[in-house]
Amino acid sequence: MTESGKPILYSYFRSSCSWRVRIALALKSIDYETIPINLIKDGGQQFSEEFQKLNPMKQVPALKIDGTTIGQSLAIIEYLEETRPTPRLLPQDPKKRAHVRMISDLIASGIQPLQNLSVLKEVGQENQLTWAQEAINFGFNALEHILQTTAGKYCVGNEVSMADLCLVPQVANAERFKVDLTPYPTISRINKSLLALEAFQVSHPCRQPDTPPELRA
Amino acid sequence: MGSAFRVPPPALQLGERKHSLRGRGSPQHHDRVWQALALKSIDYETIPINLIKDGGQQFSEEFQKLNPMKQVPALKIDGTTIGQSLAIIEYLEETRPTPRLLPQDPKKRAHVRMISDLIASGIQPLQNLSVLKEVGQENQLTWAQEAINFGFNALEHILQTTAGKYCVGNEVSMADLCLVPQVANAERFKVDLTPYPTISRINKSLLALEAFQVSHPCRQPDTPPELRA
Repeated sequence: MTESGKPILYSYFRSSCSWRVRIALALKSIDYETIPINLIKDGGQQFSEEFQKLNPMKQVPALKIDGTTIGQSLAIIEYLEETRPTPRLLPQDPKKRAHVRMISDLIASGIQPLQNLSVLKEVGQENQLTWAQEAINFGFNALEHILQTTAGKYCVGNEVSMADLCLVPQVANAERFKVDLTPYPTISRINKSLLALEAFQVSHPCRQPDTPPELRA
Repeated sequence: MGSAFRVPPPALQLGERKHSLRGRGSPQHHDRVWQALALKSIDYETIPINLIKDGGQQFSEEFQKLNPMKQVPALKIDGTTIGQSLAIIEYLEETRPTPRLLPQDPKKRAHVRMISDLIASGIQPLQNLSVLKEVGQENQLTWAQEAINFGFNALEHILQTTAGKYCVGNEVSMADLCLVPQVANAERFKVDLTPYPTISRINKSLLALEAFQVSHPCRQPDTPPELRA
């Protein structure tokens, strides 16, 4: 914790996983400090000895809070939910909670890891766009289907949940990789509604302490 | 196992991937969800779904009616269908809370989830069947080994802080349910486990427990449905 006692978020402006946590912190009105970790500069600052000690996974986000450090965005969000429960990010009903987690995992395990920076490096520059588009299309196909059953105003019913925190950053990635979103009308509608909310705006990659000047909103 | 579907569905069904390497001498695969079901002594019926045969049985009209999500594993339970193994396990934990699969303390719960996600998001997706198909046969082994080594390096480090007898403290948790199948994958891809003594020790302790044994009665291919679990 800082001298002020605030939680510290290790984040990269463009990292979709970091964005999920930033939204959660904003929704729960938790004041925090950002330590930016640039994933590209200096060979990737996540590989520094210092950061490795803090988070052996060498990934962002990581949150230093209440005397501990937590990695993995969904583990962080669930911790915030359990210790700062208002407003809710998971519904009360166990079946709805299962749907929220299912959608979150579909994105966080099924799509994002397959199109993150390190994997794209491995597949080589000429294959990157196709690879990323395939990963996203495969996942969005399944998600669009699932949302037929679960969605109301948002991913699960009419309250913002952890699933929505995963959706918006993944749609931003989809746009960055030029994925055609026409086959996913429910995803698009929900994304649009969420982006209108303040928490999704203040946490946006274009408004972060480490956002490069040319990308600032 | 013969045809993929049974009639009519009982209260609880697990649609899971039919292990494509099943055959003489090959081990049945470890699975996060059935380990959870075994630990909580929950009876269930298996619907094996071959992800490759017939263009992928998960896309068949029949399976879609059973599970609109076209995903495996998927658990049909209490009138709903849940996909994604960790979402299934957390649902089981919330509705059938004994024995616990998540500790009571929020920080320990965070560690359990962190380790589970490290494996379920950080390692497994990068070495699953569809990804390996994409990288091409000559690259598969290296690719899988790299994914596993990268993740296990981090995990071995994290376990220095969190582990007791098991991944987090001295109680079996969701993290352990993720560890065992991932170590089995590591062995399948010939990853040298010498750099990971904590992972190896914990894996060994878990395999001694009945719920983690592939020889568990509910896992035998010829166990009649009425005697399963």
